[in-house]
Amino acid sequence: MASHAVVFEPTPANSRGPGLHRFANPGRFLRLSEALLPWLAAAAILLGSAGLLWGAFFAPPDWQQGQAARIMYVHVPAAWLALSGYVALALCSAVSLVWRHPLADLAAAEIGPVGAAFAAICLLSGSLWGRPMWGAWWVWDARLTSMLLLFFLYLGHIALVRAFDDPTRGYRAGAILALIGIVDLPIIHFSVVWWNTLHQGNSISLFSAPSIYISMLWPLILATLGYSAGFAAIVLARLRAAVLERRIASLLLAQAVHAEHASFAAAGAPAQ
Amino acid sequence: MTRKRRRLVVLLACLAGLGTATGLALSAFSSSIVFFVTPTDLATRPPADARLVRLGGLVQQGSVRHALADGHPLVRFRVTDGHDSILVSFSGILPGLFREGQGVVVQGRLAPGGTFEADQVLARHDSAYMPKALVEALKKRGLWNPSAGPPPPPATWDTMRIPTRSGG
Repeated sequence: MASHAVVFEPTPANSRGPGLHRFANPGRFLRLSEALLPWLAAAAILLGSAGLLWGAFFAPPDWQQGQAARIMYVHVPAAWLALSGYVALALCSAVSLVWRHPLADLAAAEIGPVGAAFAAICLLSGSLWGRPMWGAWWVWDARLTSMLLLFFLYLGHIALVRAFDDPTRGYRAGAILALIGIVDLPIIHFSVVWWNTLHQGNSISLFSAPSIYISMLWPLILATLGYSAGFAAIVLARLRAAVLERRIASLLLAQAVHAEHASFAAAGAPAQ
Repeated sequence: MTRKRRRLVVLLACLAGLGTATGLALSAFSSSIVFFVTPTDLATRPPADARLVRLGGLVQQGSVRHALADGHPLVRFRVTDGHDSILVSFSGILPGLFREGQGVVVQGRLAPGGTFEADQVLARHDSAYMPKALVEALKKRGLWNPSAGPPPPPATWDTMRIPTRSGG
């Protein structure tokens, strides 16, 4: 392991090690993500709009909730992506703490705002759905409260990562917060099973048939695929920008150092 | 053990400890995390004072009575969990989903006479989403009466044939 301990300066093509290290090379990441990004963006737009339009206009209204159930096609994928985005954030944090990969640090910092946006979409659309159906914009039941906590975890991570003059310390602190926050994920998922809540139970689970009729399930699946591609595309684009930004900063620094040496040499001082 | 391996072990140990602590805390506080109590809970352990509680259950079939009290609409219904039931009186606007057989959460106080005086009624719906035509088909074949309880398991829906697909 130690033989190819990665020197992570923005210069590309340094790690030729086996395993995941290949993908943690910023140069390789830039090439890979450049090829991937247009496909992800196209999938996000096509699948997302197909699912949302299908859900909004062509799926049948629900037998008891009527047209209001169509908020599901916005709300449910946003909730799932907020959760799986947090899993990605926690994985990046673990990689950053254990293996100290700067790309994982940057990825965690870039996932945060996107996940927070999806959590916000989930909370807002849920509130708009709850008022006509339940009769309340908000209740403090276990599902809603734990989801609100996830939103605050995202916000806390965003703030913490950017709160230090030395970015490395910010990444370290943010990673610890993200890993502590991971206990919220099973609480969100099982809140409707462990305790009684106003929120209904999970319609879709691994071990039983989904309790959503097939003509309403298809648009939900499409919208979820579109949301997922969109989440990945936004994070990749932000991460590319962050890597490039870093590279520019270090090039500028190198240039400045070089210029300083040159001016020292011109002044006849010994270049150190 | 390399430094990376050691960091990984420390991280996993911390996560295991954190998970255990959270699990213990949640199971200890479990009774106060519930959003509502059931009629059976309320009958076996009535609140000592007239404190605000939330009562949840199904609106009992055939129990809804509408009346006027001082010119205001007043509705009385029984909330049941299949074991016990409690009479609820409420003056106000009911949510759109309110019907017999529907899940509700009512917030209010247990009056000395044993009636639950609610100041808020929230509707609770189950996690089954299906088109109206499917419900009609299920009802026609006597497989489900929506005012009697939750829908049949979704695995049986596939055998249902929806007569006409209505788009709106």
